[in-house]
Amino acid sequence: MQLAQIVVQDTGSFFRTPLTYVVFIPIVGALFMMLIPRAQESFIKWAALITSLLAFGVSLFVAAKFDYNAAKPEFFANLPWIPVINSRYIVGIDGISLPLLLLTTFIVPLCIIYSWKHFPEPHNPKAFLILILVLETGMVGSFIALDLILFFVFFEIVLLPMYFMIGVWGGEQRQYASIKFFLFTLFGSALMIISFLALYFLSAKVMVDGQPMNSFDMMLLPELARGISATWALVIFGGFFIGFGIKVPIFPFHTWLPDAHTQAPTVGSVILAAVLLKLGTYGFVRIAVPILPDAARSWAPWIGLVAVIGIIYGALCCLAQTDMKRLIAFSSVAHMGFVMLAIASLTPFGFNAAVFGMVAHGLITGMLFFLAGSTKERYHTLEINRLGGLLVSAPRMGWILGLTAMASLGLPGLAGFWGEFPAILSSYKPTSPDYVTSFFGVEMQPLFQGYMVVAVLGTVFAAGYLLWLYQRVAFGTPKEEFAHDPHLHDVTKPEWIAWLPMLVLIVVLGVYPNLIFRTTNDSAKRATAVLTRQSEQTGGTGGEGSGTGEAAPPPSGGGNGG
Amino acid sequence: MDSVGIMDKVFLLPLIMASSFVIILFVGKRFSERVTSSIGIGAVGACFVLSLVIGAQWINRVDNPPTGAAAVAAEEACLGGPGDDPQAREGGGRGAEPGSAERGAPTGAAPGESAAVLGQEGGGSTESPSAEGGQAESAQAKRGETIPVCASITWFETAVSTSQTIKFEAGTVLDGLSALMLFVVSIISLLVHIYSKEYLHDDRRFTHYYAFLSLFTASMLFFVLGSNSLQMLVGWELVGVCSFVLIGHWWEEGNNTYAALKAFLTNRVGDTGLIIGVIVTFFAAGATSFNVFRLNEAALSGKVSSTLLLIGAIALFWGVTSKSGQFPLHTWLPDAMAGPTPVSALIHAATMVVAGVYLIARLYGVFYAGLQINNNTINYVAFIGGFTALIGAGLAFVQKDIKKVLAYSTVSQLGYMVMALGVGAWTAAVFHLFTHAFFKASMFLGAGSVSHACHHTFDMDEMGGLKKKMPITRWTFMFSGFALAGIFPFAGFFSKDEILAGAANGQGGNAYTIMLVFGLVVAFMTAAYMGRTYYRTFEGEYRGHAHPHESPKIMTIPLIILTTFATIGGVVNFPGKLTEWLRLPQTFGGRLEHYVQPEWAGRFPTLDVAEFNPWLATGSVLLALLGMFIGIGWYANRLYERKLTERSKVLHAGYTFLANKYYLDALYENVIRDRGVFPLARASYWFNQYVVDGIVNAVGVGSRSVGNFLYKYLDQGAIDGAVNGTGIVSDESGQLLRRIQTGKVQQYAALFFFGATVLTIFFVVFIR
Amino acid sequence: MLINAYLLLAAVLFCIGVYGVLARRNGVLVLMSIELILNSVNINLVAFGAWWGAQQPCGAAQGCAATIGPVFALFVITVAAAEVGVGLALVLMLYRNFKSIDIDQVDSMKG
Repeated sequence: MQLAQIVVQDTGSFFRTPLTYVVFIPIVGALFMMLIPRAQESFIKWAALITSLLAFGVSLFVAAKFDYNAAKPEFFANLPWIPVINSRYIVGIDGISLPLLLLTTFIVPLCIIYSWKHFPEPHNPKAFLILILVLETGMVGSFIALDLILFFVFFEIVLLPMYFMIGVWGGEQRQYASIKFFLFTLFGSALMIISFLALYFLSAKVMVDGQPMNSFDMMLLPELARGISATWALVIFGGFFIGFGIKVPIFPFHTWLPDAHTQAPTVGSVILAAVLLKLGTYGFVRIAVPILPDAARSWAPWIGLVAVIGIIYGALCCLAQTDMKRLIAFSSVAHMGFVMLAIASLTPFGFNAAVFGMVAHGLITGMLFFLAGSTKERYHTLEINRLGGLLVSAPRMGWILGLTAMASLGLPGLAGFWGEFPAILSSYKPTSPDYVTSFFGVEMQPLFQGYMVVAVLGTVFAAGYLLWLYQRVAFGTPKEEFAHDPHLHDVTKPEWIAWLPMLVLIVVLGVYPNLIFRTTNDSAKRATAVLTRQSEQTGGTGGEGSGTGEAAPPPSGGGNGG
Repeated sequence: MDSVGIMDKVFLLPLIMASSFVIILFVGKRFSERVTSSIGIGAVGACFVLSLVIGAQWINRVDNPPTGAAAVAAEEACLGGPGDDPQAREGGGRGAEPGSAERGAPTGAAPGESAAVLGQEGGGSTESPSAEGGQAESAQAKRGETIPVCASITWFETAVSTSQTIKFEAGTVLDGLSALMLFVVSIISLLVHIYSKEYLHDDRRFTHYYAFLSLFTASMLFFVLGSNSLQMLVGWELVGVCSFVLIGHWWEEGNNTYAALKAFLTNRVGDTGLIIGVIVTFFAAGATSFNVFRLNEAALSGKVSSTLLLIGAIALFWGVTSKSGQFPLHTWLPDAMAGPTPVSALIHAATMVVAGVYLIARLYGVFYAGLQINNNTINYVAFIGGFTALIGAGLAFVQKDIKKVLAYSTVSQLGYMVMALGVGAWTAAVFHLFTHAFFKASMFLGAGSVSHACHHTFDMDEMGGLKKKMPITRWTFMFSGFALAGIFPFAGFFSKDEILAGAANGQGGNAYTIMLVFGLVVAFMTAAYMGRTYYRTFEGEYRGHAHPHESPKIMTIPLIILTTFATIGGVVNFPGKLTEWLRLPQTFGGRLEHYVQPEWAGRFPTLDVAEFNPWLATGSVLLALLGMFIGIGWYANRLYERKLTERSKVLHAGYTFLANKYYLDALYENVIRDRGVFPLARASYWFNQYVVDGIVNAVGVGSRSVGNFLYKYLDQGAIDGAVNGTGIVSDESGQLLRRIQTGKVQQYAALFFFGATVLTIFFVVFIR
Repeated sequence: MLINAYLLLAAVLFCIGVYGVLARRNGVLVLMSIELILNSVNINLVAFGAWWGAQQPCGAAQGCAATIGPVFALFVITVAAAEVGVGLALVLMLYRNFKSIDIDQVDSMKG
């Protein structure tokens, strides 16, 4: 066990870091809204909107003041919170969390605007909007927390509002879906907190006020956790794997997702797809891999495997769907597979791709759920066989659906491509070059190249189910029952306001991906630098000569193209 | 810089078209058809003029190539950095890695900085003497070489390893090939824009049509000008989308949407290859750049494993297979004829479908080295090309639909071009691309003109005898047909002949004899089916029910222009030997070869260009004439009435085989899709619902049963039983005791006295 | 002095009173029987007071036993008066509610 050399000191101030405001503005707004009588609906709506816009404004301020070259957490604060267990209020954002923070605060006002006139049954905007704001606090908090317990608390805060949104405002089987969602994710959280605690107790101590204490500090743990034995590290990572994996969701822990998505109200689906799923992948990128790099390497082939299974499996399930919303839900499984594949590559490029993939998926699938919601509102059904001729009934909406479907299938020039292609690219050559291991007798590089080919096949399926969906929903002429339906109006004003920013962003990110790559790059490098460090150490102790000797003769490196 | 002109500003062309797209899409509906089409035509006209200027400037640059510092600068611009040896660069990068890892990772140096550091170390510290020597040497060698004009901006930057951040660039390349493509794309797009104004007159989605025509042109120009494989991938997919949208232009009808979907999905299947190819070549070239010249350079340097290059080349070719309609992914192209005819002419004949050919031509180093074109007598690309040419021509015989004939003819001709690239006849392939664009576009527009006159039918059974009613269409179609058949002196003759000569000659003396046979057979077949098509359409008696009339000028003028190119276009690459024999000035011959074929050591293979072979040329023309006579004669003499295909079993089998398109569609749709993917999808979903979700639900149900059990027996039975038991006992005892309480005061009093008595006795007797 | 006769009288009165309390149904008669019981007690008190006073004259040390008996009897008479007052009021209320003063019918407190 290492001696505690690190002395923890309070830095920053609670009220000085803007992150505090991003997190707590929504919940303060929600508290304020509780005081407003239920009857004053428009006041409530405006209060919610202004609150969420305030949070968005502060996060924009954060983005503007962000030092893109610093590659360390910024707007940092490290203050005592629960001294008994040395859990601290540590917040800060770096290049990986900034895009996700912005995505969250960006999506929430749009959701509020979208539901401006159409609150799902049983109406009650006050409760609905309060839940959304509480949700926002949870999501934002998860992205900025740098303390495991703090992270966990925010992570759990997210569950409850979502549970109520599905359970109260959901579809016909909302009870089943909401309980499934809640229990499934809670199960993941349980594994996660156990892993956190194991990490806490097994890692080295730090000095707090002259006392040696264990630490939950995510920034310190990569250093502190070095002493953890390989077996324990594997077990803890396994906990993370399932705990975060459920949230992603990875095969075979994904079945809560289609039900939750299908039954959730539109806005709930959007937030679920756009942000909630990202908490899982973010957990991998921020917590699991940097803290336990060696275990991550051992788990990488498994992560890659479930990723490509998810890609193909999700796509195949999409092809079998008859319900539009359910199809989109399954497409999430496939798309998050690409993100997981990028993470499994354990390269900075892969991490860049993963973050881009998260943002792109958030925008695109969020947009698809908006469209599904609006389709449902117009047709009162999402049965694909009954739809058709959307381009006739609501041409603009049809075009928007087309654009979004194209973005979702990874068309270059739109955001989806930059989540997909780099993920595939990064899997050509996973992890650091001196990494030697095999997966059931297959070397890492051929294995991941196999994954790459499978993932590429997934893009064909993606095109298949999305365009098939588009063909059946948008092309052709409207079915008899809807041919003269007066409800089939085109895009309404709140819809425009909610959608346009997303569409613009999809195009802008697609044309100029540097907006995100530039932000994430240095942080991704820092997050993965730990992998090279550890492997050097392993190589040094295990004997470098024997390591390379086992792997392959030296020319193989040249043969692989360097 | 001298002699660059506007060649480094070519990004303007796609930009013009893209803005035209945006304008038409968003405000087009407010304008009349006239204004809308004028915006499109104006934009593409501007592109055409610019492409002419650029072409002239390029010719000037080839004649006065930059030397010395200008050449080095141009080279650096095109290679996206100092033009040092890739291996040295890589070695430098490797050597620098541990050092910069230590320095770069913890401090998180600025990305630009670290890249710069790497570049310096690659070229500077470790390898500086040889690199400088190399640069001086290359500057020397640049004399006479024509370096493309490149311009680029940073597109995105990302770390490829913890120590290395790379700036990926988006840029334009202007060399002979792209200048030629600019010309072809912009002129055909211009003519199609003009033609469509009448053809799509009063269409329900006129603005939408023009918008996507503009977007297509923008994407195609973007693709053609792309300086790296990633950018080409982007352009590649964008043209695919435009194709999808335009094939599905009349999307109310199921067939059209089906064809659009099929086109897109088939292309998507091919794109898997392209994506893998781009990735493989990226890593083969040292994982630092997608730059096409870097890729070629690495491939030609001989330092990359040939297996890797072969994989890369074949993967890329899989992409080409779909986009350029090669066997076995050509099946989408005939179905794509569901789109409006001008679209077929522009996208599915002249430009988009040659994107694959262009890709091979652009990354020729990779293909040349990967397939070892100079070292073989047959290779994958050449064979697939030849085979495609053959089967495409075969299918063209059994089509009733004139557009389908042309579509299969396009498949066949694309196969020809690919075959040419496969045998090393680079210039011939590009030349054929050029001539084919004109004559095939002309024929498609001609077919459109015919259909415009005949109630929008494309069925040749309802045509015939149109030569008198539509003279201009007839003559243009005939001349273009001659060009396609390769009759001297039409343009097609020269390009086709060059391909045949290239196949006969090969590279480094290895003749591709088999491919030559393929080529000759296809030449014969092409002429035959063209004869058939021409005769069925324009000769004989009219069999339809419309009142055909010549199309208006706005449609015929583009036809005439295109046919002019199809007729005399051959002069752009007039064979050198023929120039000698005809005593023409020396500069008349081989212009295309001179201006288009790159000369840039290390980035383009040195190719043997086949000499004109009079025997081969004569032979192929004779074959073509024979084919044409047979094709016309068959119908002119009503031989078809003998119903050979019905009487002979062999011929009938052959006909059925052709009529069913070699059962490829059946294979894809009935076997792979309906028996493969869909059942698999349903199985997956079943698995999901009943196994995966079943487990989840079983866990849920199981927990609930356990809960029920516990609740029923433990909680309700034992624990709550104890609680309730207490209650019951109290109750029962109360029931017993209550009998005492009769409410009768006197009984109470009696009991009281009795009790008092007992107590008294007790005290008296026992206590005392 | 002999107090046997007094005690015998008191016992007879007590027994009559107890019989009356237990056997009579008329509420008023029950009350009267209670009065008999009380008065039998009074007789006892007065008799014992007189008896103790005869044996032990009044002194500073033990108080005056002869006066204790009559005082207790007076106290009991007062209480009995109050008791009769309350008792008659109850009987009155019984009559109002039940139209009867038969206490056997008043068994609504039956368990």
